[in-house]
Amino acid sequence: MTHAISIESVSKRFGSLQALDSVSFTVAQGEFFALLGPNGAGKTTLISAMAGLSRPDSGHIRIMGHDTVGSARQARMTLGVVPQELVFDPFFSVREALVFQSGYFGIRRNDAWIDELLHKLGLTDKAGTNMRALSGGMKRRVMVAQALVHRPPVIVLDEPTAGVDVELRQSLWAFVQELNQAGHTIVLTTHYLEEAETLCSRIAMLKKGKLLALENKDKLLAHSATREISLKLAAALPASLQPLKVREADGRHILQLADIARLEDVLRELRLAAVEVRELSIHETDLEQVFVKMMHGGRV
Amino acid sequence: MHGFMTLFKKEILRFWKVAFQTVMAPVLTALLYQLIFSHVLSQHVEAYPGVSYTAFLIPGLVMMSMAQNAFANSSSSLIQSKITGNIVFLLLPPLTALEFFGAYLLAAIVRGLVVGAGVLAVTAWFGLPLPSHPLWILTFAALGCGVLGTLGIVAGIWADKFDQLAAFQNFIIMPLTFLSGVFYSINSLPPLWKTVSHLNPVFYMIDGFRYGFFGQGDVSPWLSLAVVGGSFAALASWSLYLIGSGYKLRQ
Repeated sequence: MTHAISIESVSKRFGSLQALDSVSFTVAQGEFFALLGPNGAGKTTLISAMAGLSRPDSGHIRIMGHDTVGSARQARMTLGVVPQELVFDPFFSVREALVFQSGYFGIRRNDAWIDELLHKLGLTDKAGTNMRALSGGMKRRVMVAQALVHRPPVIVLDEPTAGVDVELRQSLWAFVQELNQAGHTIVLTTHYLEEAETLCSRIAMLKKGKLLALENKDKLLAHSATREISLKLAAALPASLQPLKVREADGRHILQLADIARLEDVLRELRLAAVEVRELSIHETDLEQVFVKMMHGGRV
Repeated sequence: MHGFMTLFKKEILRFWKVAFQTVMAPVLTALLYQLIFSHVLSQHVEAYPGVSYTAFLIPGLVMMSMAQNAFANSSSSLIQSKITGNIVFLLLPPLTALEFFGAYLLAAIVRGLVVGAGVLAVTAWFGLPLPSHPLWILTFAALGCGVLGTLGIVAGIWADKFDQLAAFQNFIIMPLTFLSGVFYSINSLPPLWKTVSHLNPVFYMIDGFRYGFFGQGDVSPWLSLAVVGGSFAALASWSLYLIGSGYKLRQ
């Protein structure tokens, strides 16, 4: 089956800055894919190149098999992009903005779908409101609707929940999940790692224009599963366990284990030293820890 | 085609929604010029035999207003979209360079013609005779707006900031329109300045347009047509090339 997105050795340089350095990966149809990385990692540059807003210096990008340079029109028809920056046309109402956006994609009489988008995004009662009069969150919703007017099979959301209140974030994700279940391929970048962790099945991490990791989410978490346990003891930590200790917090010893199976060894040592365990808890690694670790140079 | 029609309609609505500023204001400015210049100069100058200065001034003011507003329409729309960032909504869809260019151009021509009609309506009663060649009038009105509308597209794409666009307007467009024979016949100029005026394409727009009203001009309307038509073709090709190449629009 054709890949929803195929990126082949894409490089892009702005002056002395290597924004993208030979990035390659593919996204399958129907995937929910996260693109993560700190500011300046090249996420937006990559999205711009997918959307035809910028042209790679070398390499190719195909959206549903259409080259973004050679078959730009078809590629754009199959892609819906929600840009990161909050932008709007102050001259028009919400409905006008959506009717115009449909028209640019060559679609006439799109009212039924526009009504549905307005409804799903909670914008129905704002349809006649001028864009200027909307709150930031509402403007963001309109941008999502604008990206979907042509029912693109591939949808890219660049930081869609930045500066958006909790309620909207939840309703937006519910809607995006619904789109994904209906068969749309979703790619998102986000600063909220828990969003990527809950929603996405596969994750790419970028740093300084390079692809640092590309994994199934569970695999990524499992790889870096240096689990930590927190122990509250009745006596001092036995000397044999000192090498495992990473820190102390609230009178608890935090030990790092390479594998959860090593827990048994720890408990045996404690029994041998006759130290009573008052409290024991296990901390699972989350994406945020993996992310921070990778961005500080550690490879998974 | 529907993409072009949509963008054209959007561009028309954009200036029409603020018509007080985009149509009424330039009409009032032209009326003030007409009142002041005709009052000061009507006793002194007869531009052509049998044509009073007051009548002579009207087509010049109409063409100047059309030209300036056609330029303002495309250039300000583009720079606003670029600076606010909403141009992205035009760059994401599959609009062709020709659709993009055509929509901005046609909207600029419409704005120019609407302003021109307004200026004509408020100044004609100062003594404009019935036009002797209406077809020349329409041809030069449309082409003149086309040239400046296209120049506006080029300037709007090129400029990164409002002050760059203002510089373009104040240091190129304004001198070209003011020194084009709006307020005087270039036959009244010393030979050097007469020659310089012949290098200004706006002069030919105004002269050809004026010929349509009075049946006489400084040069033949055919020469004016060739210069204005040639300028349009050159600017349109340049503008299409810029849009197609993504200059300053797609990094």
